[in-house]
Amino acid sequence: MLNDWIFIGIFLLLAPIFPAAALVIPRLIAPRKPNPLKSETYECGVETYGETWVQFKAQYYIFALVFLIFDIEVVFLYPWAVAFDQLPLFAVMEGVLFILILVAGLLYTWRKGILEWA
Amino acid sequence: MSDPVNFIAEWLKSLMANIGLPTGVVVVIITLIGIVVMATFLLVMDIGLVWFERKMVARFQDRLGPNRVGPFGLIQPIADIIKLLIKEDIMPQGADKFIFNIAPIFALATVLLLWAVIPFAPTILGSDINVAVLYIVAIGAVGTLGIIMAGWASNNKYALLGAFRTVAQMVAYEVPIVIALLVPVILARSMGMQAIVEAQSPWYIFVIPLAAFILFVASIAEIGRTPFDINEAESEIVAGYHIEYTGMKFGLFYAGELLHALTVSAIIATLFLGGWRGPFVDQVPILGVFYLFLKSFLIYYVIMWVRYSFPRIRIDQMLGFSWKFLTPLALILLIVVAILSKVLEGVSPPIFALAMLAANLIIIGVTVTVLRVYARVERKRVGEERPLAVVPDPELQQLIQQE
Repeated sequence: MLNDWIFIGIFLLLAPIFPAAALVIPRLIAPRKPNPLKSETYECGVETYGETWVQFKAQYYIFALVFLIFDIEVVFLYPWAVAFDQLPLFAVMEGVLFILILVAGLLYTWRKGILEWA
Repeated sequence: MSDPVNFIAEWLKSLMANIGLPTGVVVVIITLIGIVVMATFLLVMDIGLVWFERKMVARFQDRLGPNRVGPFGLIQPIADIIKLLIKEDIMPQGADKFIFNIAPIFALATVLLLWAVIPFAPTILGSDINVAVLYIVAIGAVGTLGIIMAGWASNNKYALLGAFRTVAQMVAYEVPIVIALLVPVILARSMGMQAIVEAQSPWYIFVIPLAAFILFVASIAEIGRTPFDINEAESEIVAGYHIEYTGMKFGLFYAGELLHALTVSAIIATLFLGGWRGPFVDQVPILGVFYLFLKSFLIYYVIMWVRYSFPRIRIDQMLGFSWKFLTPLALILLIVVAILSKVLEGVSPPIFALAMLAANLIIIGVTVTVLRVYARVERKRVGEERPLAVVPDPELQQLIQQE
């Protein structure tokens, strides 16, 4: 068991090294002659206008809120699924009730028109 | 000699123990070697994928594809890599340099990390942690971060739009994926990949086909392939997040995307198609690697088939499809599976599998009926006359009428 986590830990440290190594080679052999014209932002043949990092309305922000709630609540279901053997029918029904509350929440947001693109 | 991988590992272990290295150091060194071998294997596989993908696209579009460099164009990806390596690396004006540089590393590294928990064969696997399914969800979400970072750091409006669309995609498809992954976990009573593979008799695609379908569709969206490739959308936002990337950095995104598709295929193969299961695996464990990749490539092929058969859908359609169709369907399936597997506890496995399959088919039938009714209503609504655009200025209107 511990060995498994050692594997994950070492892999976490090692995984970025492979792509990083692939980036080192061009540093050594690729030409490097930047000039202002070359490094201009590419935007359809027209000179770029204004700031890029502006604030604008992401129309799906309300989806993101619903997503957050769902994602967290679903994580609670994982321990329930793993312990399925030890659960009596009553506990399973409680889990189902929990999911039904989620469904009710989804239906409510649907009826409220939050799932429409506006 | 039926299991060369573990044979070599044991041999190296005893060799190092004989030199007098402490056990901890030996474990770490063996792990290091294992990771390097696995990652190299995957990256070489990735080079092969480039060829496979290009050749297949060509066939789908009635072309020949690469056929000049080497037999059947097999050396073409190597030529591509050499080209990418000697290309100039261009940093766009005003880009966030640090994030711009680490985004492609993120994109490929997270895909490699997913393979840590996928069992290749009964005896060959990276890590058999007991929360493997959660690990897949977590690392998969981090992978999206690389794309968002790339889009943000490029200082380009198209790239930023691509990043925003990626967020929308993640918001739409994370929930169905998580719920669909929960269903095999309930059946196998474990989150470990090896345990899920061992519990599969028959394969879960014949027990819970609907969960496999939901995971398949949502996974296509997660890896951002047509019909859900709105974050790249060449014809709208000119390749989106990797618009400003050149040379090997672009190459890493490309490699990451292809390998991600294969990784997702391997996860589906492991969870629903029995992973390494196949004839003679018990005697010759190394055959499991072959079976796993055979199944993965089958699913990869279907993903490509879907990619070249469907047009791209709009962002609002995508969010609607996920939240109004896949998520409710997945929740209903979860409820049915949970209740059924508790009620039918103790029934012999074939009958249990048949009952589960029947329940799945009933849900599919009801869903299809509901969709047909909905489509009929929708067709009527779209067919109705809509208000015409009116010229607001009465004088102008008169002028137009005089014309």
